[in-house]
Amino acid sequence: MVTRYLAADGGIVSALPKFAQDRANLVELYEAMLLARRFDEKAISLQRTGRLGTYASALGQEAISVGAAAAMRDRDVLFPSFREHGGQLRRGVKPRELFQFWGGDERGSNFEGPRHDFPVSIPVASHIPHAAGVALAFVLRGERRAAVAIAGDGATSKGDFYEALNVAGVWSLPLVVVINNNQWAISMPRSAQTAARTLAEKAVAAGIPGEQVDGNDVIAVRARVAAALARARGGGGPTLVEALSYRLGDHTTADDASRYRDEEEVRPHWKEEPLARLRAHLVARHGWSRDEEEALIEKAGRIVDAAADDYLAVAPEPATAMFDHLYADLPEALAWQREVVANTTGERDG
Amino acid sequence: MAELTLVEAVRAALAWAMEHDDSVVLFGEDIGIDGGVFRATDGLYQRFGSARVRDTPLSETLISGLAVGLAAEGLRPVAEIQFMGFLYPTIDQLANHASRLRNRTRGRLTCPMVLRAPYGGGVHAPEHHSESAESMLAHIPGLRVVIPSSPARAYGLLLAAIQDPDPVVFLEPKRLYRSVREDVADNGAALALDTAFVLAEGGDVTLVTWGAMVTETLEARRRLAGEGVDAEVIDVATIKPIDMKTILASVAKTGRAVVIHEAPGHCGVGAEVSATISEQMLAALLAPVRRVTGWDTVMPLSRLEQHYMPDAGRIVAAVREVMAWS
Repeated sequence: MVTRYLAADGGIVSALPKFAQDRANLVELYEAMLLARRFDEKAISLQRTGRLGTYASALGQEAISVGAAAAMRDRDVLFPSFREHGGQLRRGVKPRELFQFWGGDERGSNFEGPRHDFPVSIPVASHIPHAAGVALAFVLRGERRAAVAIAGDGATSKGDFYEALNVAGVWSLPLVVVINNNQWAISMPRSAQTAARTLAEKAVAAGIPGEQVDGNDVIAVRARVAAALARARGGGGPTLVEALSYRLGDHTTADDASRYRDEEEVRPHWKEEPLARLRAHLVARHGWSRDEEEALIEKAGRIVDAAADDYLAVAPEPATAMFDHLYADLPEALAWQREVVANTTGERDG
Repeated sequence: MAELTLVEAVRAALAWAMEHDDSVVLFGEDIGIDGGVFRATDGLYQRFGSARVRDTPLSETLISGLAVGLAAEGLRPVAEIQFMGFLYPTIDQLANHASRLRNRTRGRLTCPMVLRAPYGGGVHAPEHHSESAESMLAHIPGLRVVIPSSPARAYGLLLAAIQDPDPVVFLEPKRLYRSVREDVADNGAALALDTAFVLAEGGDVTLVTWGAMVTETLEARRRLAGEGVDAEVIDVATIKPIDMKTILASVAKTGRAVVIHEAPGHCGVGAEVSATISEQMLAALLAPVRRVTGWDTVMPLSRLEQHYMPDAGRIVAAVREVMAWS
């Protein structure tokens, strides 16, 4: 069974959880998704004009990381893969910091907050064992906190994914693994990835609960991740949540999806996308007005544009920074290399 | 002061660290009630409990990944991989995560973990149980690779590795696990990392080595002394980052160097040592730098093992060649 509260047209298909009956909560989720989408648009535009590196858009999948982040407490820890900026922003990472990361500046992963969250993991699935490790730290210290790792459908074919689920099950770790099943791992469709009927059922092999949610319904994602987190924090162990969505855009700005899929295949999925869905619900049930919509779009645009300006204005680090964070103290063996770089770039020793 | 074997010294260091720092946790395959396949953790499960001495499922990628997560949360994980031949799945975690977490977050998250593994040949172990792949690890920026060669150095260097704020791979030469005993003061004193040890002074030739090859090299030195050759022996101990200063100072004195390691020569750490000596000390050299290493072959199974491992005889022969120059 796929948990779903809102149909694609915004209509209610099952009784809403309590938080979703509150207009302000829904607007907050909508705003977070809108910000993620605006961030994507800006990032792609910066990339296309040579002012940002290769970038992975979350177009159409905003509900997944935003819903998961909304379910988390501040003291929980997020392990994002590379399509989770919506969730990262929702948890307090600054859009300027994310631009910096994607723009080739390590300082972008030194967020002012949340300080314990992991940076984006570019290698697929290898961050899920870290989440198990952090969850184990919570258990050892007797803290009621949980770790949330998000990964794509392709990640479920990797051993790291299973190894982490397996240990989390046998040790009852407070870990929630959310799979963004956007149906594509670059050019590989979900059908070619595995013969498993669902990705959620991969939880069976680890002896843990696995479930599917409509990943385009932010209410469903938030509700089911919140339930999994409550169980995890209470000692009830891990959960695998498969969020069903669709990658409306290219894999990254370096990808051209027209090489392996037709526009015909993509088009129907635009009707399912999460922002339109929640907007329709807000309009139908909460009198969401055109003015409110425009004001929110304007606000998201303002935040993102200001962040982009800030990012573009940040001077690069001194070249010696590549040495200065490699170890707590630079080993003597590397001192001469730092010196060469410092002299080449005209930096004073610092 | 107690007479300990190398494996007992490892255990004593682990026990000291656990006793004095609650954040130290051990985990790995069969390290709990079984005490580890080499008994390195024998009795620690009974002493410190199952929460801090933890048997993991059989999954090496996970073991290294767990360590990254625990370390980032401020614990001091010390994980065991049963044999170096089973360490390869951890290289993804070491190279992509552990060694770069500090750098990629500009110090926000760090990774003070230790990954221990028995390594090297010479004990007639099954296939995949005798590898020396330290140079693969030494190539990874941000990592430390430490190899003790005696019980006392195992004790002091392991304590230093656990206290180090960055990730350390600690490779224990299993050939030496029980072959020698020496007095080890179980007083929690750490030895310096990134520092080579001059084990024996000499003026004619510098012998640079680490791990189990230290024993062979010291034997070679003894034989060479009978021929009137006075060899200096350096135990590199931390092969990444490497203390070239000590090595270069010695070569400046002797003018000759032979590097000895068990791993294959091609792209081995000996190549790095040799290249650096050549780059920086050419004028002081009286002879080319020689390497005595394992062959560039797959580590043979036990019946041919002795033909693979460098031994005192090969080292002596190389030194004679080097001494014949000038």
